[in-house]
Amino acid sequence: MKKVLLTLLAALGLMVGAQANTGGIAWDKAPDRTNDLAALQNGAKLFVNYCLNCHSAAFMRFNRLKDIGLTEQQIKDNLLFTTEKVGDTMKSAIEPRQAKEWFGANPPDLTVIARSRSAQGQGTGADYLYTYLRTYYADDAKATGWNNLAFPNVGMPHALWELQGKRTPVYETVSEHGHETHVFKGWEQLTPGTMAPEQYDQAVGDLVSYLQWMSEPAKNTRVRVGFGVMLFMLFMTFIAWRLNAAYWKDVK
Amino acid sequence: MADFKEISPNASAGAKLTNWFENRLPTAFDMYKVHMSEYYAPKNFNFWYIFGSLAMLVLVIQIVTGIFLVMHYKPDAALAFGSVEYIMRDVPWGWLIRYMHSTGASAFFVVVYLHMFRGLLYGSYRKPRELVWLFGCAIFLCLMAEAFMGYLLPWGQMSYWGAQVIVNLFAAVPFVGPDLALLIRGDYVVGDATLNRFFSFHVIAVPLVLLGLVVAHLMALHDVGSNNPDGIEIKATKGPNGIPLDGIPFHPYYTVHDIFAVCMFLMVFSAVIFFAPEFGGYFLEYNNFIPADPLQTPLHIAPVWYFTPFYSMLRAITGEMVLVLIACVVGGAVLGVTKFKMPTLFKGVIVAAAAVVIAMMLSIDAKFWGVVAMGGAVVILFFLPWLDYSPVKSIRYRPDWHKYLYGVFVINFVILAYLGTQPPSAIGERVSQVGTLFYFGFFLLMPWWSRLGEAKPVPTRVNFVAH
Repeated sequence: MKKVLLTLLAALGLMVGAQANTGGIAWDKAPDRTNDLAALQNGAKLFVNYCLNCHSAAFMRFNRLKDIGLTEQQIKDNLLFTTEKVGDTMKSAIEPRQAKEWFGANPPDLTVIARSRSAQGQGTGADYLYTYLRTYYADDAKATGWNNLAFPNVGMPHALWELQGKRTPVYETVSEHGHETHVFKGWEQLTPGTMAPEQYDQAVGDLVSYLQWMSEPAKNTRVRVGFGVMLFMLFMTFIAWRLNAAYWKDVK
Repeated sequence: MADFKEISPNASAGAKLTNWFENRLPTAFDMYKVHMSEYYAPKNFNFWYIFGSLAMLVLVIQIVTGIFLVMHYKPDAALAFGSVEYIMRDVPWGWLIRYMHSTGASAFFVVVYLHMFRGLLYGSYRKPRELVWLFGCAIFLCLMAEAFMGYLLPWGQMSYWGAQVIVNLFAAVPFVGPDLALLIRGDYVVGDATLNRFFSFHVIAVPLVLLGLVVAHLMALHDVGSNNPDGIEIKATKGPNGIPLDGIPFHPYYTVHDIFAVCMFLMVFSAVIFFAPEFGGYFLEYNNFIPADPLQTPLHIAPVWYFTPFYSMLRAITGEMVLVLIACVVGGAVLGVTKFKMPTLFKGVIVAAAAVVIAMMLSIDAKFWGVVAMGGAVVILFFLPWLDYSPVKSIRYRPDWHKYLYGVFVINFVILAYLGTQPPSAIGERVSQVGTLFYFGFFLLMPWWSRLGEAKPVPTRVNFVAH
């Protein structure tokens, strides 16, 4: 029986395989700041200023931002552009029909975008977003003038371009097994942005952490409650184990 | 009806209350005895015997959490996705209820698969427990229907396209297929009508059937008594009081046992709920966080992990594979006609039946045979009690190579499950075809291989080591 169990376990190990790649470069690891209130607040500010114009977060209420340490007054004064009520959900001002006309696709809702973009073998949704928002480049062949390494032929223009500036990727030609392939080597800055590259990475890290937090605002509560539940279950298991032993000790 | 029992006026309040009820509802007291305090279960149950109780626990969890989810969920194609997020965000503790339900679905299949494997190991399906097994298989079938229809309700991309793919399979049935698919969907594509009927089935129809079957499963079990790891009938050796010598009252002995098992199960269950509710995309698929979009087909559509072994078998049946199956039918018919003595008429019937099956296989699309294979993989389980000809029930007393065969069966099932999660590939297709043949061969050839080899002597009393 042990052998059967062991082989079962070994077979399960096989299951941790990689899933198909959807195109685009390998993802960078996103910093996890979902417990860092200052980073989340900065991320929320960036989100409301740069994303919410075209994208909605239709299942996220503004007043939920109290969870990341903002007061209702702060939310009202600094973050409410499209609505009056702090209990409203984050709806964009854009007409879906217009959006479709301008970008070829309706900008997706961002409430749970960080959860939906995870992929087995590639990384979390946050990793994807962190890579995506940092790999825009100027491309005259595109109608918007922008293209992306993580999402080739993306419809969305570079919303953060003022911060990052214009860049273009530098490729190196590598000859491998007689084939010549282009390998991405780095970036060339064409026009500077208002932020230095390191600053920009930090800002995107905050924004992505905010998106990750927004995709599941209950996560921190969930983990905290989880520890309590596990402790309680450990205690209960001990009691149940002794109870079982007490009843069975006389069974011969 | 039992006689009215008087009780002394000096009895304690508790005894008086019990007496009051016993006189008015004696059935409940009889049932308590029959199913709990005087249900004698073999005392040598091992680890494998906890999964029945755990399945019942998970069923209760699913029903209770389901009731609360229905209070907030909206079965409407325009509102469903949002209402799930509403539960996750705005309903107090809604996230916990939802994660319990989504994790519970996977947990249900984990415990049920282990429960079924236990039956396979110790021959729990054999005489006189055939009905217990049949009810159990029916429960498994219901569970699959329940899970499939429940998975549509969050109205994410995977919900939508998974349902689309599976319902379209019914369209492969000859003659009535397209109409059948239309009847199931209630529309030409999966839509609001589909969502509404799946919701109705998921919350009312199937659970009712499921509960009835669970009652039947337990009644049949308690009438014949539980099997045990030694596969011995404990009722064959009774003491002077008519109680099996190797039996022990279910309550309190197995209730304390099960409480312990429940605690350990809840530890694992809570760990998943609180620390990994998506379980790496296996319990909650990432794509399902994108609202259903009828105009955008995902690149890769995979069912949830518990359906993937069967999904693999479905995909394994290609045009080539049908030819292999035809060869199997020919081989089987030739073997049947030449090897066994029977009247010429019978032989004629076999040859004619084989010819009809082959003609059908050649004329009907491979997709339909894929559906037949997928359904057959579940249906074949129903026949297990009449396929096993081993002289002993338990794996413990079977020839050693049976253990390896069962091991290979499990590994094969896991490999099929893995391949079902993956996008189609040439190698994966070949492997799943071999796996499918092995899966069916294991059952269809069981009347032959289960007789082979020398069974070990079976003791008259169970093996029991005091705790």
